[in-house]
Amino acid sequence: MTMIRARGVARSFGDKRALEPVDFDLESRGFLVVTGPNGSGKTTLLRLCAGLLIPTSGELEVDAERGQVGYLAHEPLVYRELTAIENLDLYGRLYRVAERRERIGMLLERFGLWEARSERTGSYSRGMLQRLALCRALLHDPELLILDEPANALDEAGETLLERELDELRRERTFLVASHAPERLDRFATGKLALG
Amino acid sequence: MRRYFLDAGALARKDLLLELRARDTLPAMLLFIVAVLVVFHFALPTNASAHASLGLLWVAILFTALLGLGRSFVAEREQGVLDGLVLAPSDRSAIWVGKVVATLAFLVVAEAVALPAFALFFTSIDGATIAGVALADIGICAVGTVLAAMAAAGRARELLLPLLFLPLAIPIVVGGVGSSLAASSGKYLAFLALYDAIFVLVAWAAFEYVVTE
Repeated sequence: MTMIRARGVARSFGDKRALEPVDFDLESRGFLVVTGPNGSGKTTLLRLCAGLLIPTSGELEVDAERGQVGYLAHEPLVYRELTAIENLDLYGRLYRVAERRERIGMLLERFGLWEARSERTGSYSRGMLQRLALCRALLHDPELLILDEPANALDEAGETLLERELDELRRERTFLVASHAPERLDRFATGKLALG
Repeated sequence: MRRYFLDAGALARKDLLLELRARDTLPAMLLFIVAVLVVFHFALPTNASAHASLGLLWVAILFTALLGLGRSFVAEREQGVLDGLVLAPSDRSAIWVGKVVATLAFLVVAEAVALPAFALFFTSIDGATIAGVALADIGICAVGTVLAAMAAAGRARELLLPLLFLPLAIPIVVGGVGSSLAASSGKYLAFLALYDAIFVLVAWAAFEYVVTE
Protein backbone atom coordinates (compact mmCIF):
# COMPACT_ATOMS: atom_id res chain seq x y z
CA MET A 1 0.00 0.00 0.00
CA THR A 2 1.32 3.43 -0.94
CA MET A 3 1.42 5.94 1.90
CA ILE A 4 2.71 8.90 -0.12
CA ARG A 5 2.47 9.32 -3.87
CA ALA A 6 4.05 12.41 -5.44
CA ARG A 7 3.96 13.27 -9.13
CA GLY A 8 5.62 16.44 -10.34
CA VAL A 9 5.17 18.07 -6.94
CA ALA A 10 6.71 21.53 -6.88
CA ARG A 11 6.41 24.53 -4.64
CA SER A 12 7.19 28.20 -5.14
CA PHE A 13 7.05 31.14 -2.75
CA GLY A 14 6.32 34.14 -4.94
CA ASP A 15 8.91 34.08 -7.73
CA LYS A 16 11.25 31.80 -5.83
CA ARG A 17 11.09 28.08 -6.57
CA ALA A 18 11.60 26.29 -3.24
CA LEU A 19 11.12 22.77 -4.58
CA GLU A 20 11.70 21.60 -8.14
CA PRO A 21 9.21 19.02 -9.48
CA VAL A 22 9.71 15.71 -7.72
CA ASP A 23 8.23 12.22 -8.18
CA PHE A 24 8.33 9.45 -5.63
CA ASP A 25 6.30 6.74 -3.93
CA LEU A 26 6.62 5.86 -0.28
CA GLU A 27 5.14 2.49 0.56
CA SER A 28 3.55 1.78 3.91
CA ARG A 29 6.24 0.65 6.39
CA GLY A 30 8.84 2.22 4.09
CA PHE A 31 11.69 4.46 5.20
CA LEU A 32 12.54 7.12 2.65
CA VAL A 33 15.57 9.30 3.29
CA VAL A 34 15.55 12.69 1.57
CA THR A 35 18.98 14.18 0.94
CA GLY A 36 20.26 17.29 -0.74
CA PRO A 37 22.24 20.47 -0.17
CA ASN A 38 20.90 23.49 1.71
CA GLY A 39 18.09 25.14 -0.19
CA SER A 40 17.28 22.07 -2.26
CA GLY A 41 13.76 21.90 -0.83
CA LYS A 42 13.97 19.11 1.77
CA THR A 43 12.05 21.02 4.42
CA THR A 44 9.52 22.28 1.87
CA LEU A 45 8.89 18.71 0.69
CA LEU A 46 8.39 17.51 4.26
CA ARG A 47 6.01 20.39 5.04
CA LEU A 48 4.04 19.53 1.90
CA CYS A 49 3.76 15.89 2.96
CA ALA A 50 2.73 16.92 6.49
CA GLY A 51 -0.08 19.01 5.07
CA LEU A 52 1.36 22.34 6.20
CA LEU A 53 1.81 23.55 2.62
CA ILE A 54 -0.05 22.99 -0.62
CA PRO A 55 1.92 22.22 -3.80
CA THR A 56 2.07 24.95 -6.43
CA SER A 57 1.90 22.23 -9.08
CA GLY A 58 1.78 18.44 -9.33
CA GLU A 59 -0.18 15.79 -7.46
CA LEU A 60 0.48 14.76 -3.88
CA GLU A 61 -1.51 12.06 -2.13
CA VAL A 62 -0.84 11.24 1.52
CA ASP A 63 -2.79 8.29 2.89
CA ALA A 64 -2.70 9.36 6.53
CA GLU A 65 -5.19 11.40 8.48
CA ARG A 66 -4.13 14.63 10.15
CA GLY A 67 -3.82 13.11 13.60
CA GLN A 68 -1.80 10.19 12.27
CA VAL A 69 1.19 12.26 11.20
CA GLY A 70 4.09 12.83 13.57
CA TYR A 71 6.05 15.86 12.40
CA LEU A 72 9.48 16.85 13.64
CA ALA A 73 10.40 20.33 12.42
CA HIS A 74 13.52 22.46 12.66
CA GLU A 75 11.93 24.17 15.67
CA PRO A 76 10.85 21.98 18.59
CA LEU A 77 7.25 23.36 18.40
CA VAL A 78 7.01 23.74 22.17
CA TYR A 79 6.24 26.69 24.41
CA ARG A 80 9.34 27.95 26.21
CA GLU A 81 7.38 29.10 29.28
CA LEU A 82 5.86 25.66 29.85
CA THR A 83 7.59 22.61 31.27
CA ALA A 84 8.19 19.46 29.24
CA ILE A 85 5.24 17.76 30.93
CA GLU A 86 2.91 20.72 30.36
CA ASN A 87 3.86 20.91 26.68
CA LEU A 88 3.37 17.20 26.11
CA ASP A 89 0.15 17.20 28.13
CA LEU A 90 -1.27 19.95 25.90
CA TYR A 91 -0.33 18.04 22.74
CA GLY A 92 -1.59 14.82 24.28
CA ARG A 93 -5.01 16.36 24.86
CA LEU A 94 -5.20 17.82 21.36
CA TYR A 95 -3.97 14.59 19.74
CA ARG A 96 -6.39 12.45 21.81
CA VAL A 97 -3.65 10.31 23.32
CA ALA A 98 -5.02 7.45 25.39
CA GLU A 99 -3.39 6.98 28.81
CA ARG A 100 -1.68 10.30 28.27
CA ARG A 101 0.24 10.56 31.53
CA GLU A 102 1.73 7.07 31.23
CA ARG A 103 2.75 7.66 27.61
CA ILE A 104 4.33 11.04 28.44
CA GLY A 105 6.23 9.53 31.36
CA MET A 106 7.44 6.63 29.24
CA LEU A 107 8.69 8.91 26.44
CA LEU A 108 10.41 11.33 28.82
CA GLU A 109 12.15 8.41 30.52
CA ARG A 110 13.16 6.89 27.22
CA PHE A 111 14.65 10.15 25.89
CA GLY A 112 16.44 10.98 29.13
CA LEU A 113 14.30 13.98 30.07
CA TRP A 114 12.49 12.64 33.13
CA GLU A 115 14.74 14.49 35.57
CA ALA A 116 14.14 17.78 33.73
CA ARG A 117 10.40 17.18 33.25
CA SER A 118 9.32 20.05 35.52
CA GLU A 119 11.75 22.64 34.19
CA ARG A 120 10.56 25.23 31.74
CA THR A 121 11.78 24.30 28.29
CA GLY A 122 13.22 27.79 27.87
CA SER A 123 16.08 26.60 30.08
CA TYR A 124 16.71 23.48 27.96
CA SER A 125 19.79 23.10 25.81
CA ARG A 126 19.31 22.72 22.04
CA GLY A 127 19.91 18.98 22.34
CA MET A 128 17.31 18.61 25.12
CA LEU A 129 14.80 20.54 23.02
CA GLN A 130 15.44 18.18 20.12
CA ARG A 131 14.81 15.20 22.41
CA LEU A 132 11.60 16.82 23.61
CA ALA A 133 10.60 17.50 20.01
CA LEU A 134 11.08 13.79 19.29
CA CYS A 135 8.87 12.94 22.28
CA ARG A 136 6.23 15.31 20.90
CA ALA A 137 6.39 13.81 17.42
CA LEU A 138 6.06 10.27 18.79
CA LEU A 139 3.51 11.08 21.50
CA HIS A 140 0.38 10.03 19.61
CA ASP A 141 2.03 6.94 18.10
CA PRO A 142 1.54 8.18 14.53
CA GLU A 143 1.33 5.99 11.43
CA LEU A 144 3.48 8.33 9.37
CA LEU A 145 6.58 9.98 10.82
CA ILE A 146 7.97 12.99 8.98
CA LEU A 147 11.30 13.93 10.50
CA ASP A 148 13.35 16.93 9.45
CA GLU A 149 16.97 16.43 10.47
CA PRO A 150 16.10 14.29 13.51
CA ALA A 151 19.71 14.04 14.68
CA ASN A 152 20.14 17.81 14.64
CA ALA A 153 21.81 19.09 17.87
CA LEU A 154 21.84 15.62 19.44
CA ASP A 155 24.98 14.40 21.14
CA GLU A 156 26.29 10.87 20.71
CA ALA A 157 23.99 9.51 23.43
CA GLY A 158 21.02 11.30 21.88
CA GLU A 159 21.81 9.91 18.45
CA THR A 160 22.01 6.42 19.93
CA LEU A 161 18.58 6.93 21.55
CA LEU A 162 17.17 8.14 18.25
CA GLU A 163 18.58 5.20 16.33
CA ARG A 164 17.20 2.77 18.90
CA GLU A 165 13.77 4.37 18.51
CA LEU A 166 13.93 4.27 14.71
CA ASP A 167 15.04 0.66 14.83
CA GLU A 168 12.08 -0.27 17.03
CA LEU A 169 9.51 1.56 14.96
CA ARG A 170 10.67 1.06 11.39
CA ARG A 171 8.81 -2.24 10.84
CA GLU A 172 5.52 -0.84 12.12
CA ARG A 173 5.57 2.76 10.90
CA THR A 174 6.26 4.71 7.73
CA PHE A 175 9.12 7.21 7.72
CA LEU A 176 9.98 10.20 5.59
CA VAL A 177 13.25 11.60 6.89
CA ALA A 178 15.36 14.52 5.67
CA SER A 179 19.00 14.40 6.62
CA HIS A 180 22.32 16.07 5.88
CA ALA A 181 24.12 12.97 7.09
CA PRO A 182 22.16 10.09 5.53
CA GLU A 183 24.93 7.53 6.09
CA ARG A 184 23.74 7.01 9.71
CA LEU A 185 20.29 6.18 8.38
CA ASP A 186 21.49 3.76 5.69
CA ARG A 187 20.62 0.68 7.70
CA PHE A 188 17.01 1.81 8.08
CA ALA A 189 16.44 3.23 4.61
CA THR A 190 14.28 1.41 2.10
CA GLY A 191 14.80 4.20 -0.41
CA LYS A 192 16.55 7.50 -1.00
CA LEU A 193 15.45 10.65 -2.71
CA ALA A 194 18.14 13.14 -3.70
CA LEU A 195 17.01 16.71 -4.24
CA GLY A 196 18.89 19.58 -5.90
CA MET B 1 -19.04 19.06 20.91
CA ARG B 2 -17.74 18.29 24.40
CA ARG B 3 -14.39 17.39 22.87
CA TYR B 4 -14.32 20.72 21.04
CA PHE B 5 -14.80 22.75 24.20
CA LEU B 6 -12.26 20.62 26.08
CA ASP B 7 -9.70 21.43 23.36
CA ALA B 8 -10.56 25.13 23.43
CA GLY B 9 -10.39 25.08 27.24
CA ALA B 10 -6.95 23.42 27.20
CA LEU B 11 -5.68 26.02 24.72
CA ALA B 12 -7.12 28.95 26.70
CA ARG B 13 -5.67 27.57 29.94
CA LYS B 14 -2.29 27.29 28.22
CA ASP B 15 -2.44 30.97 27.15
CA LEU B 16 -3.40 32.08 30.66
CA LEU B 17 -0.56 30.01 32.13
CA LEU B 18 1.92 31.47 29.63
CA GLU B 19 0.84 34.97 30.64
CA LEU B 20 1.00 34.14 34.32
CA ARG B 21 4.61 33.07 33.86
CA ALA B 22 5.90 35.49 31.23
CA ARG B 23 3.80 38.54 32.24
CA ASP B 24 4.28 39.97 28.76
CA THR B 25 0.83 41.21 27.85
CA LEU B 26 -1.39 42.06 30.82
CA PRO B 27 0.98 44.45 32.66
CA ALA B 28 1.55 46.31 29.38
CA MET B 29 -2.20 46.56 28.78
CA LEU B 30 -2.84 47.81 32.33
CA LEU B 31 -0.07 50.36 32.20
CA PHE B 32 -1.15 51.53 28.75
CA ILE B 33 -4.83 52.05 29.53
CA VAL B 34 -4.11 53.89 32.81
CA ALA B 35 -1.46 56.04 31.08
CA VAL B 36 -3.87 56.89 28.27
CA LEU B 37 -6.55 57.93 30.76
CA VAL B 38 -4.05 60.12 32.61
CA VAL B 39 -2.97 61.74 29.32
CA PHE B 40 -6.60 62.33 28.36
CA HIS B 41 -7.25 63.79 31.80
CA PHE B 42 -4.64 66.48 31.19
CA ALA B 43 -5.40 66.87 27.48
CA LEU B 44 -9.11 67.57 27.90
CA PRO B 45 -10.10 71.07 28.98
CA THR B 46 -11.50 71.23 32.51
CA ASN B 47 -14.97 72.15 31.24
CA ALA B 48 -15.06 69.32 28.70
CA SER B 49 -18.37 67.50 28.48
CA ALA B 50 -19.04 63.94 29.61
CA HIS B 51 -19.71 63.22 25.93
CA ALA B 52 -16.10 63.96 24.99
CA SER B 53 -14.61 61.98 27.85
CA LEU B 54 -16.80 58.91 27.18
CA GLY B 55 -15.69 59.02 23.55
CA LEU B 56 -12.08 58.94 24.71
CA LEU B 57 -12.82 55.97 26.97
CA TRP B 58 -13.74 53.97 23.86
CA VAL B 59 -10.55 55.05 22.10
CA ALA B 60 -8.53 53.90 25.13
CA ILE B 61 -10.30 50.51 25.21
CA LEU B 62 -9.80 49.94 21.50
CA PHE B 63 -6.08 50.70 21.52
CA THR B 64 -5.49 48.69 24.68
CA ALA B 65 -7.19 45.73 23.03
CA LEU B 66 -4.98 46.24 19.99
CA LEU B 67 -1.93 46.00 22.24
CA GLY B 68 -3.11 42.66 23.61
CA LEU B 69 -4.12 41.34 20.19
CA GLY B 70 -0.71 42.23 18.79
CA ARG B 71 0.88 39.85 21.28
CA SER B 72 -1.67 37.08 21.07
CA PHE B 73 0.24 34.91 18.56
CA VAL B 74 3.78 35.88 19.57
CA ALA B 75 4.56 32.58 21.33
CA GLU B 76 3.21 30.55 18.42
CA ARG B 77 5.07 32.62 15.84
CA GLU B 78 8.44 32.79 17.59
CA GLN B 79 8.52 29.13 18.52
CA GLY B 80 6.74 27.80 15.43
CA VAL B 81 4.17 26.09 17.63
CA LEU B 82 1.27 26.88 15.34
CA ASP B 83 2.41 24.05 13.01
CA GLY B 84 2.06 21.57 15.86
CA LEU B 85 -1.40 22.88 16.79
CA VAL B 86 -2.60 22.94 13.18
CA LEU B 87 -1.56 19.30 12.65
CA ALA B 88 -3.57 18.09 15.65
CA PRO B 89 -6.79 16.27 14.81
CA SER B 90 -8.85 18.75 16.80
CA ASP B 91 -10.96 21.35 15.00
CA ARG B 92 -8.67 24.26 14.12
CA SER B 93 -11.25 26.80 15.16
CA ALA B 94 -10.70 25.59 18.75
CA ILE B 95 -7.35 27.42 18.57
CA TRP B 96 -9.30 30.60 17.80
CA VAL B 97 -11.77 29.99 20.64
CA GLY B 98 -8.88 29.46 23.07
CA LYS B 99 -7.17 32.67 21.98
CA VAL B 100 -10.41 34.67 22.12
CA VAL B 101 -11.10 33.49 25.68
CA ALA B 102 -7.56 34.34 26.83
CA THR B 103 -7.52 37.77 25.14
CA LEU B 104 -10.97 38.50 26.50
CA ALA B 105 -9.77 37.66 30.01
CA PHE B 106 -6.83 40.08 29.68
CA LEU B 107 -9.07 42.82 28.31
CA VAL B 108 -11.64 42.38 31.08
CA VAL B 109 -8.90 42.64 33.73
CA ALA B 110 -7.57 45.82 32.08
CA GLU B 111 -11.07 47.28 32.01
CA ALA B 112 -11.69 46.31 35.63
CA VAL B 113 -8.90 48.74 36.45
CA ALA B 114 -9.65 51.29 33.74
CA LEU B 115 -13.37 51.84 34.35
CA PRO B 116 -13.01 52.87 38.02
CA ALA B 117 -10.02 55.01 37.02
CA PHE B 118 -12.16 56.64 34.34
CA ALA B 119 -14.90 57.32 36.88
CA LEU B 120 -12.31 58.88 39.16
CA PHE B 121 -10.75 61.12 36.50
CA PHE B 122 -13.79 62.04 34.39
CA THR B 123 -17.39 61.06 34.99
CA SER B 124 -19.40 58.22 36.46
CA ILE B 125 -20.21 55.18 34.35
CA ASP B 126 -23.72 53.78 34.03
CA GLY B 127 -24.95 50.25 33.45
CA ALA B 128 -25.49 50.85 29.73
CA THR B 129 -21.83 51.74 29.28
CA ILE B 130 -20.72 48.62 31.14
CA ALA B 131 -23.06 46.49 29.02
CA GLY B 132 -21.69 48.20 25.91
CA VAL B 133 -18.11 47.50 26.98
CA ALA B 134 -18.95 43.83 27.65
CA LEU B 135 -20.56 43.39 24.22
CA ALA B 136 -17.79 45.33 22.49
CA ASP B 137 -15.13 43.13 24.12
CA ILE B 138 -16.59 40.04 22.48
CA GLY B 139 -16.55 41.63 19.04
CA ILE B 140 -13.09 43.12 19.51
CA CYS B 141 -11.58 39.78 20.58
CA ALA B 142 -13.42 37.70 17.96
CA VAL B 143 -12.43 39.88 15.01
CA GLY B 144 -9.06 40.89 16.42
CA THR B 145 -7.90 37.32 17.05
CA VAL B 146 -8.50 36.17 13.50
CA LEU B 147 -6.79 39.30 12.16
CA ALA B 148 -3.88 38.81 14.59
CA ALA B 149 -3.41 35.27 13.24
CA MET B 150 -3.48 36.67 9.70
CA ALA B 151 -0.99 39.42 10.56
CA ALA B 152 1.31 36.99 12.40
CA ALA B 153 1.99 35.17 9.15
CA GLY B 154 3.07 38.36 7.39
CA ARG B 155 6.34 40.28 7.52
CA ALA B 156 4.96 43.71 8.47
CA ARG B 157 2.77 42.25 11.20
CA GLU B 158 3.02 45.26 13.55
CA LEU B 159 1.65 47.48 10.79
CA LEU B 160 -0.78 44.99 9.34
CA LEU B 161 -2.85 44.31 12.44
CA PRO B 162 -3.95 47.92 13.12
CA LEU B 163 -4.56 48.47 9.41
CA LEU B 164 -6.84 45.45 9.25
CA PHE B 165 -8.44 45.81 12.65
CA LEU B 166 -9.29 49.50 13.01
CA PRO B 167 -11.63 49.75 10.00
CA LEU B 168 -13.51 46.68 11.21
CA ALA B 169 -13.71 48.16 14.72
CA ILE B 170 -15.50 51.34 13.60
CA PRO B 171 -18.97 49.78 14.12
CA ILE B 172 -17.86 48.80 17.64
CA VAL B 173 -16.95 52.42 18.41
CA VAL B 174 -20.26 53.62 16.94
CA GLY B 175 -22.24 51.11 19.02
CA GLY B 176 -20.13 51.64 22.14
CA VAL B 177 -20.24 55.43 22.13
CA GLY B 178 -23.96 55.28 21.29
CA SER B 179 -24.67 52.96 24.22
CA SER B 180 -22.78 55.32 26.54
CA LEU B 181 -24.37 58.58 25.38
CA ALA B 182 -27.74 58.00 23.73
CA ALA B 183 -30.92 58.37 25.75
CA SER B 184 -32.19 55.08 24.33
CA SER B 185 -29.07 52.94 24.62
CA GLY B 186 -31.00 49.74 23.87
CA LYS B 187 -30.76 50.00 20.10
CA TYR B 188 -26.99 50.56 20.29
CA LEU B 189 -26.58 47.55 22.56
CA ALA B 190 -28.66 45.53 20.10
CA PHE B 191 -26.40 46.79 17.32
CA LEU B 192 -23.31 45.61 19.25
CA ALA B 193 -24.96 42.24 19.88
CA LEU B 194 -25.72 41.90 16.17
CA TYR B 195 -22.12 42.82 15.31
CA ASP B 196 -20.91 40.16 17.76
CA ALA B 197 -23.23 37.50 16.33
CA ILE B 198 -22.16 38.15 12.75
CA PHE B 199 -18.45 38.58 13.33
CA VAL B 200 -18.08 35.72 15.81
CA LEU B 201 -19.56 33.44 13.15
CA VAL B 202 -17.42 34.86 10.34
CA ALA B 203 -14.20 34.80 12.38
CA TRP B 204 -14.89 31.27 13.66
CA ALA B 205 -15.49 29.97 10.14
CA ALA B 206 -12.56 31.89 8.60
CA PHE B 207 -9.90 30.85 11.11
CA GLU B 208 -9.23 27.47 9.50
CA TYR B 209 -8.37 29.22 6.20
CA VAL B 210 -6.20 31.77 7.95
CA VAL B 211 -3.93 29.21 9.63
CA THR B 212 -3.71 26.88 6.67
CA GLU B 213 -2.95 27.64 3.07
